[in-house]
Amino acid sequence: MSRIQEKVQLIRSERLTDDNCRLTLASQSIAEAAVPGQFVMIQTASGHDPLLRRPFSIHQTRNDATFQIVFKIIGRGTSLLAHCREGEELSVLGPLGQGYRLQPDVPAILVGGGMGIAPLLFLARRLMEQQVLQAPPQVLLGARNADELLSFLNEFQALGVRVLTATDDGSHGHSGLVTDELKKLNPLSESVIYCCGPKPMMAAVATICRERALACQVSVETAMACGMGACLGCTVPLQDGSYGHACSDGPVFDAERILWTV
Amino acid sequence: MDCLIEKKKNPALAVQIGSLTLSNPVLTASGTFGYAKEFESFVHLHRLGGVVVKGISLEPRAGNPPPRIVETSCGMLNAIGLENVGVERFIAEKIPYLSNLNVPVFVNILGDSVDDYRRLASRLAGVDGIAALEVNISCPNVKKGGSAFGSDPDVAAAVTRAVKQESDVPVVVKLSPNVTDVTVIAQAVESAGADGISLINTLIGMAIDLRTRRPKLANVIGGLSGPAIKPVALRMVHQVAKAVCVPVIGIGGIDSAEDALEFILAGATAVQVGTANFINPRASEEIVEGIAAYVDEQQLGSICELIGALKIPGEGG
Ligand SMILES: Cc1cc2nc3c(=O)[nH]c(=O)nc-3n(C[C@H](O)[C@H](O)[C@H](O)COP(=O)(O)OP(=O)(O)OC[C@H]3O[C@@H](n4cnc5c(N)ncnc54)[C@H](O)[C@@H]3O)c2cc1C
Ligand SMILES: Cc1cc2nc3c(=O)[nH]c(=O)nc-3n(C[C@H](O)[C@H](O)[C@H](O)COP(=O)(O)O)c2cc1C
Ligand code: FES
Repeated sequence: MSRIQEKVQLIRSERLTDDNCRLTLASQSIAEAAVPGQFVMIQTASGHDPLLRRPFSIHQTRNDATFQIVFKIIGRGTSLLAHCREGEELSVLGPLGQGYRLQPDVPAILVGGGMGIAPLLFLARRLMEQQVLQAPPQVLLGARNADELLSFLNEFQALGVRVLTATDDGSHGHSGLVTDELKKLNPLSESVIYCCGPKPMMAAVATICRERALACQVSVETAMACGMGACLGCTVPLQDGSYGHACSDGPVFDAERILWTV
Repeated sequence: MDCLIEKKKNPALAVQIGSLTLSNPVLTASGTFGYAKEFESFVHLHRLGGVVVKGISLEPRAGNPPPRIVETSCGMLNAIGLENVGVERFIAEKIPYLSNLNVPVFVNILGDSVDDYRRLASRLAGVDGIAALEVNISCPNVKKGGSAFGSDPDVAAAVTRAVKQESDVPVVVKLSPNVTDVTVIAQAVESAGADGISLINTLIGMAIDLRTRRPKLANVIGGLSGPAIKPVALRMVHQVAKAVCVPVIGIGGIDSAEDALEFILAGATAVQVGTANFINPRASEEIVEGIAAYVDEQQLGSICELIGALKIPGEGG
């Protein structure tokens, strides 16, 4: 297991929207080891408040030995991170968890909602790199408004994937849910759906996939204390009545294994 | 490279728990260090004084539904519900790894009845690679309406006696802080034969989400740990160390060598590092290094000179 705890330098901090931030962090070891769907745990303060590290998906790794995260400011930890200055050092633990199982030899559909769009960029790039099929992955992105989408749209398009969008307010693409777009697509039965987003969206995608017998992988979020299988706090109820652990069995699970309760 | 500069074990750090000698006073707390393997890429496990593994019951337990953890001011609440693989899988799957680590392994045990504890101790007796047992008596006693074993001195003593009868290694009893007078329980388990006493387990607490008007934990209540509980833990260790003769292991909010040394001054022979492992997986080993540096700097012949060396103005000393 190549997980690392290290002090990494914050190279760049960008405000993508009012409350969305992107951080670029320097770490050759994490950038090299990470696979799409994995996450890092970041210490947001040096004292005891907040006490626990905060988990963030890896948005993408880059060839210059850096990696990026994208997050929404929702509380004290994310707000402290958003105010970190470029050049400061942050303690990062990672890469953690089981990422997406890439199946480059079957058609891929990536479905992202809100902050869940961010880690799909990393996935889309890897799928393109390993692509053996004619058709590039189909990417479906849902967000509240155009603002939240625009920061990522160009980067997806630059990869050469096909992108469809949906927004709650109709300011970009389909006006409504990204799951409407998934239904309309009528995916081939051998397709794999890779999904990351809010729980209700993932549950809806899981239902669509179950009805159509499509393979589906989802990335779940739970509260986490350690991120490395030690606290047993990150429980995910499974269909077979047992519990999985998001940080070590996941965060990516086969959607059909999960007991969805929304 | 590491092994070339491997330092000899510093004899000034050694401490004694019953018949067991620990190379230094730093252990990891049960439930915060998994089965040690989770930490192998961060910690030189053999450099720790010991490892206390996740609590083991007779049968596997699934634990509580989520959410199981929530952060609170300078601490966290957990209601894991004692999820564990059960004693048989523990012996088959975890002991082979643990027994090769060259570090004393304390097996934390828990049960629903005095008989459960007896059967666990008997099953673990003779298993290679176990240095000591730590008896978690903070669990609810199913036969006695669910009140914790650790809250009644007679029941706590009965559990201790049952485990002592079966066990072939030193037995440490881990006390719950959720009692009126912890020294009464401490004296009861000492009389029943405990070779050492560890404290504190978590303090029972609760957190509420005002927006949803619901408890933040599915179990409603949970155990508080982390820096927030350190003052309470220090006080209890101080009281217990004065009330008993067996060695005391201090636990609660320790995340630096300074914290650990404060517990030793209060009367602890050894300490356990818990929640701090989640934030800094190297915490335990860094605390060993910090204590070693302090012993050097203060030119102590042995860390034991510090045990209970607290100076209270007006009380002599
Ligand atoms: C594996 C994993 C990957 C993640 N990746 C990302 C990511 O790429 N980008 C991102 O923005 N976030 C991500 N998150 C969520 C992120 O960790 C939380 O938003 C962050 O911990 C909040 O910290 P805080 O201190 O700002 O908020 P807190 O002060 O901890 O919480 C503020 C409020 O938000 C609520 N809250 C906390 N966490 C969540 C949550 N996950 N969902 C909804 N409400 C919550 C709290 O109950 C509280 O009411 C991920 C979580 C996990 C488990
Ligand atoms: C997530 C978690 C799980 C725990 N599981 C156990 C357990 O199985 N058995 C036990 O005796 N104590 C358990 N504890 C209590 C710790 O061992 C320790 O006594 C307590 O957390 C106080 O120390 P700390 O503040 O350093 O964490 C657990 C604590 C936490 C936070
Ligand atoms: S977050 Fe600690 S076990 Fe998953």
